[in-house]
Amino acid sequence: MTKYSILSLVRNAFSTHRHWQRAWRNPEPKAAYDAVIVGGGGHGLATAYYLAAEHGMRHIAVLEKGWIGGGNTGRNTTIIRSNYLYDESIQLYDHAVKLWANLSQVLNYNVMYSPRGVMMLAHNTHDVQSFKRHIYANRLHGVDNEWLTPQEARAFCPPLSIDPGARYPIVGAALQRRGGVARHDAVAWGYARGADALGVDIIQNCEVLDIRTDNSGAVERVETTRGTIRTQKVGVVAAGHTSVVMGRAGLRMPLESFPLQALVSEPVKPILPCVVMSNTVHAYISQSDKGELVIGAGTDQYISYSQTGGLHIATHTLEAICELFPMFTRLRMLRNWGGIVDVTPDRSPIIGKTPVKGLYVNCGWGTGGFKATPGSGHVFAHTMAMDECHPINAPFTLERFVTGRLIDEAAAAAVAH
Amino acid sequence: MLLIHCPYCGPRPEIEFRGGGEAHIARPADPSQLSDDRWASFLFFRNNPKGRHAERWLHIHGCQRWFNAVRDTVSDRFEKT
Repeated sequence: MTKYSILSLVRNAFSTHRHWQRAWRNPEPKAAYDAVIVGGGGHGLATAYYLAAEHGMRHIAVLEKGWIGGGNTGRNTTIIRSNYLYDESIQLYDHAVKLWANLSQVLNYNVMYSPRGVMMLAHNTHDVQSFKRHIYANRLHGVDNEWLTPQEARAFCPPLSIDPGARYPIVGAALQRRGGVARHDAVAWGYARGADALGVDIIQNCEVLDIRTDNSGAVERVETTRGTIRTQKVGVVAAGHTSVVMGRAGLRMPLESFPLQALVSEPVKPILPCVVMSNTVHAYISQSDKGELVIGAGTDQYISYSQTGGLHIATHTLEAICELFPMFTRLRMLRNWGGIVDVTPDRSPIIGKTPVKGLYVNCGWGTGGFKATPGSGHVFAHTMAMDECHPINAPFTLERFVTGRLIDEAAAAAVAH
Repeated sequence: MLLIHCPYCGPRPEIEFRGGGEAHIARPADPSQLSDDRWASFLFFRNNPKGRHAERWLHIHGCQRWFNAVRDTVSDRFEKT
């Protein structure tokens, strides 16, 4: 792998950029691997990268049905934060935020992590109490999160309307300054390039049709559209299609797949300096480096694999955005799209082993998986390599649905998050 | 937005309805006799199919009655209500 640097940029500029090395190879699948990752999104590629980089496993394949980063990794609103309520969640998501901090340097790939601050707006007494509880819970773990008055919120984000006559007036806000955004495609590409350099085979256009076990019930091979691959470790990181893939191994999951929509406006000059979220009116908004306002809408109420959602869901969010930022009422929306998110009953992910020996699963990230990409890959790689959970993901196993030890961020946020 | 055919009221827009999730999940008659696995299966585990899905809907802003439907989760088309 050629290291990207100012020197390589200058050198390639002189040869009119015709000699850049491919960022990753396009290999044919081999007959056998030490581990196979099903799903070439951010989480799957990060898992492969950390398996190779930290656990010395080099014979790894990432099997992707379409193209890498073409699912939810390329469809989300790229918000990064760790201001969750429960101890387990705070540790999991903050593990990721710590890795985000120098990910560009580690991968030698600019993932454009921009800790510009995530501000969550409070509109009523319940919000105030809930957010303050989150702030104190975060502080107990040394995670930054602070309370702002409406005036301070407006000073941090000038286009915000704090008009007390609004239908849902802003009575305060919780601000996590380390929160922010990153460039979604670059995260997939950076991990792919890093993993490829360590010998990982990234195999695109390769759908897993079946996961087969031997007589003892342990994983033996996967059948794919590009042939049979023998392996004793399979990690399923298939987001919205996890139920489908796990069904091929004969397992039922506590998941339901819903469409989740996002949309972007036409590009405008820098206007929104931070990420603004409001659970009560249900709006998420930030501005991309290209100038588009990136807006996250909600999920539809029915399960679907259609990658489209109802227009009324997006409309609802736009109405909320226009109330928070009256100056955006004249902006035109450029594109909207949907992704399929796998939602667990407690809105916390599942990362761990399964009843099938050698089969591991990392799923259930629901509507908020992008922020966790590095941390998720890191702890899942540990789980696969050691056949034992990392302390951070130990509470996030499938067993919690049987023991009842849920991590109920759904109740904590009272909204999809 | 889906156009849903309520068996009692006819075709109505989706915003009049509340999705009730997977159909035919019967509450166990005697939960205290159930193993934790079976109870978890009843509470949390779902088929979540890609394709035909039997599901329940409540016409909450209409006749307020529950009904079953079969819908394709790829095309979102209703086969039957």
